[in-house]
Amino acid sequence: MEYTGEHLLPGQLGHFFIVLSLVSSLVASFAYFRSSQTAGLSEITDHWKKLARYAFIIESISVFSIFAILFYIIQQHLFEYKYAWQHSSRSLEFKYLLACFWEGQEGSFLLWSIWHCVLGLILIRTAKKWEAPVMTVVSFAQFALATMITGIYFLGWKMGSNPFQLLRDSGVLDNAAALHINMDPSQGLIPDYLASIKDGNDLNPLLQNYWMVIHPPVLFLGFATTIIPFSYAVAGIWKNGGGEWTKLTMPWALFSAAALGVGIMMGGMWAYESLTFGGYWAWDPVENASLVPWLVLIAGIHTALIYKSTGYSLRSTYVFYFLSFILVLYSTFLTRSGILGETSVHAFTDLGMNAQLYLFLYIFIWLPALLAAPTLKEKWMVIGLSVLLVLATYFLKINSLALISCLLGLVWAAYFVSKQVPAVKKEEETSSREFWMFIGALVFFLSAIEIIVKTSLPVINKLFGSSIAPPEDAEFSYNSIQVYVAIITGLLTAFTQYLKYRSTTRSYFWKKMAIPFILSVIIATLILVFGNVNYTRKGPGFQIAIWIAVACAAYAIIANAAYIWLGMKGKLRIAGGSIAHVGFGMVLLGILITSAKKEILSNNLNGIPAPLGPKEDPRENLTLVKDLKVDMGKYSLTYLGDSMHPRKQLWFYKVRFQSKDGKEDFLLMPNAFVNYKGNEGLMANPSAKHYWDHDVFTYITSLPNPDNKDTASFRPSTIKMGDTIFYSKGYIVTDSLQTRGDLPESLFGKDGRLYELPMKIFARTGSIYSVRSKLAFAKGDFVPIADTVTAESLVIQLQKVNPDKTIELGVKESNALMKYVTLKAFKYPFINLLWAGVLVTALGLLISMASRIRRRREM
Amino acid sequence: MKKIHLILLVLIAVAIAVLLTFLKGASTYDTIETARNKPGKFVHLMAKLDKTQPVEYDAIKNPNYLSFTAIDTTNVSIKVVYHNPKPDMFELSEKLVLKGKYTDGYFDCQEIQTKCPSKYKDDMNAAKKNLQANTK
Repeated sequence: MEYTGEHLLPGQLGHFFIVLSLVSSLVASFAYFRSSQTAGLSEITDHWKKLARYAFIIESISVFSIFAILFYIIQQHLFEYKYAWQHSSRSLEFKYLLACFWEGQEGSFLLWSIWHCVLGLILIRTAKKWEAPVMTVVSFAQFALATMITGIYFLGWKMGSNPFQLLRDSGVLDNAAALHINMDPSQGLIPDYLASIKDGNDLNPLLQNYWMVIHPPVLFLGFATTIIPFSYAVAGIWKNGGGEWTKLTMPWALFSAAALGVGIMMGGMWAYESLTFGGYWAWDPVENASLVPWLVLIAGIHTALIYKSTGYSLRSTYVFYFLSFILVLYSTFLTRSGILGETSVHAFTDLGMNAQLYLFLYIFIWLPALLAAPTLKEKWMVIGLSVLLVLATYFLKINSLALISCLLGLVWAAYFVSKQVPAVKKEEETSSREFWMFIGALVFFLSAIEIIVKTSLPVINKLFGSSIAPPEDAEFSYNSIQVYVAIITGLLTAFTQYLKYRSTTRSYFWKKMAIPFILSVIIATLILVFGNVNYTRKGPGFQIAIWIAVACAAYAIIANAAYIWLGMKGKLRIAGGSIAHVGFGMVLLGILITSAKKEILSNNLNGIPAPLGPKEDPRENLTLVKDLKVDMGKYSLTYLGDSMHPRKQLWFYKVRFQSKDGKEDFLLMPNAFVNYKGNEGLMANPSAKHYWDHDVFTYITSLPNPDNKDTASFRPSTIKMGDTIFYSKGYIVTDSLQTRGDLPESLFGKDGRLYELPMKIFARTGSIYSVRSKLAFAKGDFVPIADTVTAESLVIQLQKVNPDKTIELGVKESNALMKYVTLKAFKYPFINLLWAGVLVTALGLLISMASRIRRRREM
Repeated sequence: MKKIHLILLVLIAVAIAVLLTFLKGASTYDTIETARNKPGKFVHLMAKLDKTQPVEYDAIKNPNYLSFTAIDTTNVSIKVVYHNPKPDMFELSEKLVLKGKYTDGYFDCQEIQTKCPSKYKDDMNAAKKNLQANTK
């Protein structure tokens, strides 16, 4: 069957490259594996290594080509492809075409894969003798990612989901009778079916935000880079169990921490600016799942630093670097398998790939154990047991085994690490830097465990058949624990740098520490006394914990800033660590203050109830009637009107904010998708006014129902000029009628006239409105032009001018006239402290990375 | 025993304590029958609106009072009282997640989650329907 209008070439090319990338990544992994087995850790380029390099380069070219072709399909609106049809539309702005790309699961796997290609190519150039074992792992990960987008049937299993699937093959059109021959869905499609598909399904409106264009690439760069510390750790245990590799991987780990951290917080920015969670962080499973690898990575960086200076903590470095990548895979499993459905606001379509995603995770959990196994016999034991367990899980349908077997793989890897990796027997001094750094790393790790276990509730329910639900206040259950993590880590980051490795004398410590400590005490006291950080909703215990945490965060900022001068003599080039710690302190302080001092401004004082969504409190939502000034805290608000996006159902609401002291006058334009794609209701995007020390943040929570038909009719009364008419909420005084005759004949005919009647409306509220009602006499007909006073729900229409100079005036009072919006407004104090803190942390990590690369070159 | 081991033990003990308190405070997904057996405990009730029974809601009299009958998969029903305005698309919902407590013969609901044909998801079924409507 030939169909007209289809462009099949891009899809065929795309699929060719998918298969090519699958094959070449497999070849690369095998060849690199052979090379590391035969040549070991050496810089010699044997023929296996040569083959592997070519294969990896071909694989990279394929992945880039797939990316380019898929983007071409989206950009050209080739709706014969399901991906373009499902995720984009013609009305979409160009900048959001990339967001369409990563909206789909296939696109985000591609993005991840592309970063791996870039990293792999860099490693081929720089890894020297570590190239073969490290690239074995990277290439194998590429193979695993390539299977996710193949869409090939393999022994009856569908492997992955092909982004180049045609719309007509996807089943979407199966029931659209109009597209089938004889309007019968059981017959084939008509040859020109494509002509009827005029537009795509569009990008989810929540993702139509510029953060969605840049946040996923950065986040995935963070995810992708965690594979480097992982691969080096695997290569380390595989080849000798030493710790030389920790130095080589340190710049990568620092870079990964910066990219992942910034990526996560960009997601927070997106949530803050485009979602109506009322904030940047909601302990949502998707947020948690990306935070946890970061926490573990940071723990790994700290233990690696300890190892570098003292020789301690090599084993924990192995474990943390293993875990951070495995947790990235686990978070992929959580967010892509649809298992979170009930608990997350993020929605991911389940492509029926749960088994494949699980296998991806499972294989990489067992990989360290497999390669760490010292003898061939032990290697076969690892393979045998892992295969046996996965088969048992599948065939015996024992759900809990799925988790137990993963944990077993981790335990076995940890066993090999403890057996093969040397450790220092002597105990660390309590006055040493490494002792407290290790505790910090451990606290980060435990905090990660707390978060991931709670986030995994749906998984636990599924595996063990339990029915545990999130507690009454799910966010508080995280906050109440993590506030102590903030206290401990804040404190540790503050003083640990003032300790020396191995041991520190008390006098040295206090000599350096005294000034920053006293300064911190003073400043923390000032913040707590004058800052009014009160959060009494959760009782005095939590309030005190917050106060302590605020003090610790301030201490962390001051002590680390001071250390740049006291310890590093102001050399910023080598002070990356301290700068990152200052940033971390700022993040902590920012989080504490914004959450504790978040204020709801939109208290419903005028008492107009509005229908609200299920999560909104009616007391916290203020209704604004059009053109009517309403008080809200220090502002007076006026709803000025709305305007619509030229190409989609996106409305902008103009709200004027005037401060009562007359100093400020600005407009905020929160917007909302209304009844988007036939879905009733609104999807609101907030708007914010930024000050240096706080944000005023508002979004629409309710709108009048557009179906309210105007059923009231005009009440006519014949009056003389100057008469007064009453209506239910006041009275109208008419002025004398004015007549204009000099009107263009083409429009008004020969005796065209225009009457104008100025009026004053005296409302019971004390307001006086001036209105001019007009009546045209054109081509022998009276054409009334009504005038409305929205605030009074009043329509006045001059209906007739009689020869005896009396006039007929129609008055209508209608509720349907009420134009209003209901909004919620917050004040977010010190939100900029948080954003700046994130930037400073990332900057510190990057400075640290640069100084390490420099030092290695100098060596 | 090394100091670091001691601290390790303490931290692990704290972690276990934290998780146990979490489980104690955690709510459960319940049927109406089991929710009745634990009055006063915060639970998640998975049910749907019983459309054969009247829904009591008068926005003019009291916009913050909604009362209706919920029925679950085991065909047990219960009266639910919700002291908030009626959620959007309430009648259209396919499923309700009711968060609250069972007290004095009715379910005192604090939060209603309506499970509708989702507007946040790219609902392929809805998209298909749209497509069919647009190509007619």
